[in-house]
Amino acid sequence: MIKVIAGRLLQLIPVLWVILTLTFFMTKIVPGGPFSAERQATPEVIAQLNAYYGLDKPVWQQYLGYLSKVVRFDFGPSYTYQSESVNEVIARAFPISLQIGTLAFFIALIIGVTAGVVAAVNKNKLWDYLPMSIAMLGICLPTFVLGPVLALVFGLILKLAPVSGWYGLNYVPLHPMVMPAVTLGLFYAAYIARLTRGGMLDILNQDFIRTARAKGVPEHEIIFRHAMRGGLLPVVAFLGPSFAGLISGSFVVEKVFNVPGLGQEFIKSVFNRDYPLILGTVLFFGALIVIFNLVSDVVQALLDPRSRK
Amino acid sequence: MPPGVPFAEPVPVQIELLEQGSSLWKDAWFRLKKNRVALLGLWTFLLIAVVCFAGPFFTGFSYESTEITLKASAPLERILSKTQLRKVGEAKETYLALSNLEDEFLEKSVAERRAIVKQVESGDEFREGNVTYRLSKQRHFFGTDPLGRDLLTRVLVGGRISLAVGFAATVVSMVIGVIWGVVAGFAGGKVDTIMMRSVDVLYALPFTVVVILLMVTFGRNFVLLFVAIGAVEWLNMSRIVRGQIIALKNQEFIEAAISLGLSARRIMFRHLIPNVMGSIIIYATLTVPNVMLLEAVLSFLGLGVQPPLSSWGVLIDEGSRTMETSIWLLFFPAIFFSLTLFSLNFLGDGLRDALDPKASKD
Repeated sequence: MIKVIAGRLLQLIPVLWVILTLTFFMTKIVPGGPFSAERQATPEVIAQLNAYYGLDKPVWQQYLGYLSKVVRFDFGPSYTYQSESVNEVIARAFPISLQIGTLAFFIALIIGVTAGVVAAVNKNKLWDYLPMSIAMLGICLPTFVLGPVLALVFGLILKLAPVSGWYGLNYVPLHPMVMPAVTLGLFYAAYIARLTRGGMLDILNQDFIRTARAKGVPEHEIIFRHAMRGGLLPVVAFLGPSFAGLISGSFVVEKVFNVPGLGQEFIKSVFNRDYPLILGTVLFFGALIVIFNLVSDVVQALLDPRSRK
Repeated sequence: MPPGVPFAEPVPVQIELLEQGSSLWKDAWFRLKKNRVALLGLWTFLLIAVVCFAGPFFTGFSYESTEITLKASAPLERILSKTQLRKVGEAKETYLALSNLEDEFLEKSVAERRAIVKQVESGDEFREGNVTYRLSKQRHFFGTDPLGRDLLTRVLVGGRISLAVGFAATVVSMVIGVIWGVVAGFAGGKVDTIMMRSVDVLYALPFTVVVILLMVTFGRNFVLLFVAIGAVEWLNMSRIVRGQIIALKNQEFIEAAISLGLSARRIMFRHLIPNVMGSIIIYATLTVPNVMLLEAVLSFLGLGVQPPLSSWGVLIDEGSRTMETSIWLLFFPAIFFSLTLFSLNFLGDGLRDALDPKASKD
């Protein structure tokens, strides 16, 4: 087990290297630099800025220099935030995204698994069709539709939550984190509900469940102790990719609710051509996704003895 | 049957005792027809597609011509034409919403303004100086956006683009994925390992982030949009196809093809790919909504289709910014977009049930 984890952790290095290299050279292909258009600067000033940030050196030197800095976890200075380094921007913005993401994650898990189990137990009855239709609705209502609608209903009409923003909003009962998290979570809850239902139905049809029933094991124990352990495997397998989705979902949700998280910073950095910030956030996202895939694989192995080899 | 040999006299058999031979596709269509939800999805989707592609010719408005004075008028709101005579024989005609008429006479008293509105509402002209107000026949079924563009036309044109991107990107991803998967699966050995390892590495990349980077690198170009999306969406397809090819390639008919000396390319394209077409189609149907979602997310973030061209993502973005005052700008594109995703997902699920051999047991 430890060997597998160690092997997977080693895989992290080539993946991150590919991400870094691709991103680095993509930002170099783009015509124009961060200092080319916006402000009216004299050629001398631009040359000085380029020299200051090392943009006058040949590309391969820039690449090696960047690589050696990244190895020491130093992502360099940000072009747009003159007083902040990329590390500081990430340290400031990521906790906000993390709070929203974590809350969304638990909302998705709790609602999704509950709905899926209820549907599987009541197969082809009202309590199967009802949650599953809602789940389909959840999948087809993307976050950027659901978000504005929720903001309209809970923010503008019911005045329970702030419509947008993050700081200093104490006049409404709900924390500004809640609405973005619910928006993000509901979409994944719908997916998880469908996966749970499928997984549970597979397991509930198996012989060992029939044996348990024949032995007189109470129904709730069959569901919670016997079936759920295997039935949730597809959900666990989905958790890795869903985390990646939570990240890209955060771009949308943070824009809708105007939350100063890392997703917003990334989009802004793309518009501003703040290359160090683009590179830093992309690498950071990449590392997170790889680590989360690993965690979901490990949990899967712990739950399922068959996949341990 | 060798030529020249006459057909033997057919032996009379009781046809109904024989089981009718039926192809995979006939079977699948039969099963799909029984699945009402999937069929509803199919028809809904076809309806939306036809309306989006044909509709803009009949709305009578262009998606980009603005009518600034009209602003965001509500669906079916009555429109006035305001004719301003400048010189003899030269008139300037603009449009405005009936609800904005009062704002034209802010210097008048409330009672006077009401009287004017009433007069125009009843169909009469109202003239003041060289300006004439008249009820116009034109109607905007979905209202107009803040620049006075007809929302119905914009939604339909946006639908064209969203659907086109959805399909084009899916085709791109299908071509790359199928070829990659077939070659890896058929070649096996080291080639397979290298090809699938690289898929694994790419799989770990954050998708949306990669597309965003591609869009930034190569400019916000409409064609590049679906190439970029297609370039990241092919991974799953290649995995699915490879798995199926590995299962197929040890079967007798492939052995026969190899022993007949057919080229690897011929075997792949003529014998292997047709056999995995079912899975390819199922997966492609399920890819289309994903791609459309990705396009909408990009456009929503301002990185995809650029205004004045519209796509559902662009329209939803514009709508969500003005939803406090004009909710219809969010409502109509959102409904169209969600309905399309709905129908495609139901259709994809139905197709999977219909074509998946595992599902055919029950």
